[in-house]
Amino acid sequence: MAAILAIISSLDFLVAGIRMTTPLLLAAIGDIFSERTGVLNIALEAMMLIGAFGSFIFAYYSGNAYVGVLAAILLGGVMGLVHAFFTVTLRCDQVVTAVGENIFALGVTSTLYRILLGATPLQPESPGLPQLAIPVLDQIPVLGTVLFKHNILVYLGLLMVPLTYAVLFHTTWGLKIRAVGEHPQAADTLGINVYLVRYACIILSCVLASLGGASLTVGGLRYFMDNMTAGRGFIAFAAVIFGRYNPWGALIATLLFGFTDAFQLRMQAMGLDLPYHLFLMLPYVVTLVVLVFMIGRSVVPRSQGIPYVREER
Amino acid sequence: MAEKLSAWIKVFCREGWSAILTPLLGILFGLAVAAVIIAQQGVNPLEAYRELFLGSFGSLDSLSFTLLRFVPLAFTGLAVTLAYRGGVFNIGAEGQLYVAALTSTWIGVYPLDIPAVIHLLLALLAGTVAGALWAFIPGYLKATRGINEILTTILMNYVAIYLVGLAVNTFLMEPGQTAPQSPPIVQSARLPIILPGTFLHAGFLMVFVFAWLVYWVLWHTTWGFEIRSVGANRDAARYGGVEVKRVMLLTMAASGALASFAGSSEILGVQHRLLENFMVGYGYDAIAVALLGGLHPFGTLLTALFFGALRNGANSMQISVGVPVAIVYIIQALAVLSIIGIVAVRQIYFRRWFKGGKVIGSHISNN
Repeated sequence: MAAILAIISSLDFLVAGIRMTTPLLLAAIGDIFSERTGVLNIALEAMMLIGAFGSFIFAYYSGNAYVGVLAAILLGGVMGLVHAFFTVTLRCDQVVTAVGENIFALGVTSTLYRILLGATPLQPESPGLPQLAIPVLDQIPVLGTVLFKHNILVYLGLLMVPLTYAVLFHTTWGLKIRAVGEHPQAADTLGINVYLVRYACIILSCVLASLGGASLTVGGLRYFMDNMTAGRGFIAFAAVIFGRYNPWGALIATLLFGFTDAFQLRMQAMGLDLPYHLFLMLPYVVTLVVLVFMIGRSVVPRSQGIPYVREER
Repeated sequence: MAEKLSAWIKVFCREGWSAILTPLLGILFGLAVAAVIIAQQGVNPLEAYRELFLGSFGSLDSLSFTLLRFVPLAFTGLAVTLAYRGGVFNIGAEGQLYVAALTSTWIGVYPLDIPAVIHLLLALLAGTVAGALWAFIPGYLKATRGINEILTTILMNYVAIYLVGLAVNTFLMEPGQTAPQSPPIVQSARLPIILPGTFLHAGFLMVFVFAWLVYWVLWHTTWGFEIRSVGANRDAARYGGVEVKRVMLLTMAASGALASFAGSSEILGVQHRLLENFMVGYGYDAIAVALLGGLHPFGTLLTALFFGALRNGANSMQISVGVPVAIVYIIQALAVLSIIGIVAVRQIYFRRWFKGGKVIGSHISNN
């Protein structure tokens, strides 16, 4: 028990917790945009995996981690365009499309990794994003280290929370997004281009998820493994649901998961006489338990999952 | 010219033809794109595909391995098909087969003083119960609390996978071993070999029994009618007097039971001991199999055979020409995406001639 307390109160744990939260937070914030326009994005996993792989490969070959970030943005955008084309223009089932994309991402990243880097026993490493300490703020005791000495993706994730909140609830754009999610017909009647809003939000969502993936590789481990996102896309999706489609809620939810993840890693490292699988399981169990016990019915945007057809009525 | 084209499109839109042509086109598209990637690698795609084909059907041996791969794909595909027909999305086949494998192993490793047949049946039954329960939980949460089953089944997949890891590292670890693996399944709990000289086991026959059973239940029983009506339109079903929640729960549990056979038969018939990560990716494969199979049990068998051949052949393709096995995922994914794309385009732009099914999955709502 004392050991657990020691872990939780250590500075290193808090820093790691924030770092582990970032991939989830970026993906979750992105997903809020998509969900708010009424389009499920269960392909977050695919976008994260492609972002993780793309940023790693481009950083590896260019020798510059920022090139990797740029690649993640572009690849996420392209995937977002594909996802939007299928779900909005072709009106395909949003889940089935996502399942297809998830398999595709798994296949394409594993295949290309082997083709490009071969099956070497040595894990090639890419350059990593530098830590950018924010002057003055980083001098604050504890808080300075925990919050203000991170790479750019961590800041982006944290900044996106108030920004998204402001956009969604205090701008005309946000109103349009929510209107499209609640009642696309009414929004259309008011002259809002439903397809355009959905395209924009889906693409934004995929770009952010892809950046979330990048934060795992160039922003963290600096190497790539097959299927290294390990379900984080789905956990981000869960975070959106129990954050009630609100960025602040999503922040709390992803922090919970990020810190559980950091905690289980430390518990594993402590070499307790407990099998480490117990800790590996922990983040998923916590997510399930929270999903079951801590929330009531989440208020889902009314048009969620339903493609909008303009010709009809 | 235009008339000829529209005549072709008309044929393509007819239900019978499109049921065959659409998956075929999807698969061809997947193979074509993969061929480009293979060619980029400096390998002749035709050569690679020849190796793939020979690796899966070239000899009795390779055929039997293809059929061995077909078995779990068929079971999980049937599981997804059944759930989908009932309007629930079971992405948890993987988790269900893992817990089933775990419990089957548990029963199967102890020499019990009972007839072999009983021991085998007990081991299978234990797996079935575990799989059904594992699927029942998301079904229950969906029916009573409206919690998205896609989410819960996926999360439970991870829990199940680590549960197996936990088991083979602790209470199910082979005594005197350092490797994380269970003791071997005792002879009396193993599935018998049905084709001498190969490893093809009785689970292969079970596939056909259960495929027929799913077909019979769905289209020839009241329960099946209820399942399909809930899947087609939940509100209409409720209005028509169907107890929607009960049907959803039972459908999900039955789906988990079907998925369980994938895990149990793999352990009791092929691997004969439990290992960590002994089957990866079946949850997603199952969905691809079910969709490509047109959400029909018999179609599912066909696509499971195709995927089994792909999986098995990909290994020899990797060994002989060095094309990564993971390319199979690309073929699968592109097949799924192009099929839903084709169906959608047909329904949107050629509506006049379109007869039969809706855009795949459009009847699934997520609440």
